[in-house]
Formats: sequence, structure tokens, C-alpha cells
Amino acid sequence: MKLKQLEGLLGDLEQFSNPKVELEQYPTGPHIASRMLFTAENSYGDITDKVVADFGCGCGTLSVAAALLDAASVIGFDIDPQSLETATLNAEELEVEIDFVQCDITKLELKGQIVDTVVMNPPFGTRKKGADMEFLSAAMKVASQAVYSLHKTSTREHIKRAALRDFNAKSAQVL
Amino acid sequence: MRLITHNMLSCNIKGVTNGFPLRIEAGNVIEKEVDFNPDFIRHMFAKLEWKALVEGARSMGYAELPEDSPDAAVLESDESFLKKLHHALLELHLEEGALVCPKTGRKFPVNKGIPNMLLHEDEV
Repeated sequence: MKLKQLEGLLGDLEQFSNPKVELEQYPTGPHIASRMLFTAENSYGDITDKVVADFGCGCGTLSVAAALLDAASVIGFDIDPQSLETATLNAEELEVEIDFVQCDITKLELKGQIVDTVVMNPPFGTRKKGADMEFLSAAMKVASQAVYSLHKTSTREHIKRAALRDFNAKSAQVL
Repeated sequence: MRLITHNMLSCNIKGVTNGFPLRIEAGNVIEKEVDFNPDFIRHMFAKLEWKALVEGARSMGYAELPEDSPDAAVLESDESFLKKLHHALLELHLEEGALVCPKTGRKFPVNKGIPNMLLHEDEV
């Protein structure tokens, strides 16, 4: 699939009708979502035929992108039932299979090494302080190969350091 | 929810040390075909909790998987086994039902294919 085509499909997805501010809900735009997943696959081979988890999936933009890039299996996790309903509709609309789980990802311990890649656009921590690091910590525990995550530019060095020092990352890069 | 997802979910209620696997109470199960990718299935085999998969599949009405995890040689020699594993892992969907904690009996409801794993305040 070409990047432009992926971006076009993602642009048609339903988004939050009433975003919940306290959960920092906002859509992941098609421009960044398509590029993020395209890079993850084309530069690193982390999406196609892999098991991909989307933490804080919201309306499912990154999950759908992973599925469109032929992930073997995609699982989206979110705390908000309304978002998950929208995500389910989006998956149906684009005829992709995605499993969704309603949970608090910071309290969910996933067993085993099934998940290869975690993709996410987590809360930045503007509402609940440290939320971004909690999501990153959870993702690092679960992903056996790679984590792709969006963060505030101002936190770049902090995140790289935390990933290497505290979360057992073999490497950490800003892409 | 498919069994590939079930294979990673456990009960995280405070104090519960091994809430895995969750027992499946199947209300409504549907089957949806997806493309068979033998390499992916071979690759997954070593990572699966076999007993959890077999019991989960049985709860969803599919009893074709062997009770004990077979020798890895079967991955090369037996395509019908790979297809059964593919079917169990990726084509069975629990639409309505519950996932039950093996230690406490607490039920996590599954509606429209989505398990609700949110804990109550006193369980955290």
C-alpha cells in the first residue's frame, strides 16, 4: 500500500464525538499516523506479519493503520467504552480485524511474549501527571521487539534516558 | 475477542498472584475466516500458553487441538495441524460472554467482542 493511500483511508475514520479532556482524548491525525506506521514497517519491518498492540487506542487510528499494513494480529487497548465503540465501527468500515480490550493499561499485566510491537499516541501527562511515562513503561514491558510512541518534543531527552536507564531499552531514537 | 488475545490476558486484582488463564464462559461465538499464514502460525507456536489455548478453544466450541503441546517437528510435517491452530487462534470470536478469574471467580464481561477488564476501586 502506498503512503498516500494509507493516509487517505485513515482520514476517513470516525473520530471522538465528545472528547474527554481528562483522558486527553484527541485524534491521531492521518498525516502522522500514516507516516509513523509506514516508517515502522518500511524501515524496521515491525508491522507486517507481526502482533501489534495499540495502547490508548482511542478511535483506533493507529490500530487500523497497522491492520492495513498487514499486521498478523492487532489488539487495541483503551479505558473509554465510547471510543472503543467508534474504534469497532472504524474497523468494520475498513473491513479489518482488530481485537479491542477495555482496561486501564497501567494496571493490566499482559502475560508472555506474544506482542511484537506496541504503537501508541499516549496521553502526554497534561491532565494526569506522568501518564506518558506510565504508558511507556507498560509498553516496554509488553513489546518484545519495538515501541513506537508519540511524545512532546520538550520531553525527548527525558524519554530517551528513561527508556534506556529504567525500561530496559536496547536503543532509543527520535524518528 | 480472539484466543490470541485471551492468551495474554490475566486477572490483575490486588492480591491475586496467578490469575491466568481466565476461564471462558461463551455466550455467543462467531467464526470469521482470515487468510492462512503458515509462517506466522509456526512463529507463534513457541510463544503460546498451550493449555490456556486448548481450554479456551474448547470453551468456544472447538475441540480439534491436541491436549498436550505437540513436538515442534509437527510444524514442518503437518499442515493440517497448522490450519487447526490458525483457526483456533485467529478465526474464533467471542462476541458475548465472560472471562472468569481462576482464583476469585470474578467475571469480566465480554460484550460486542470487547472484554471489560476494568477493576473496581476495591480491587486495585
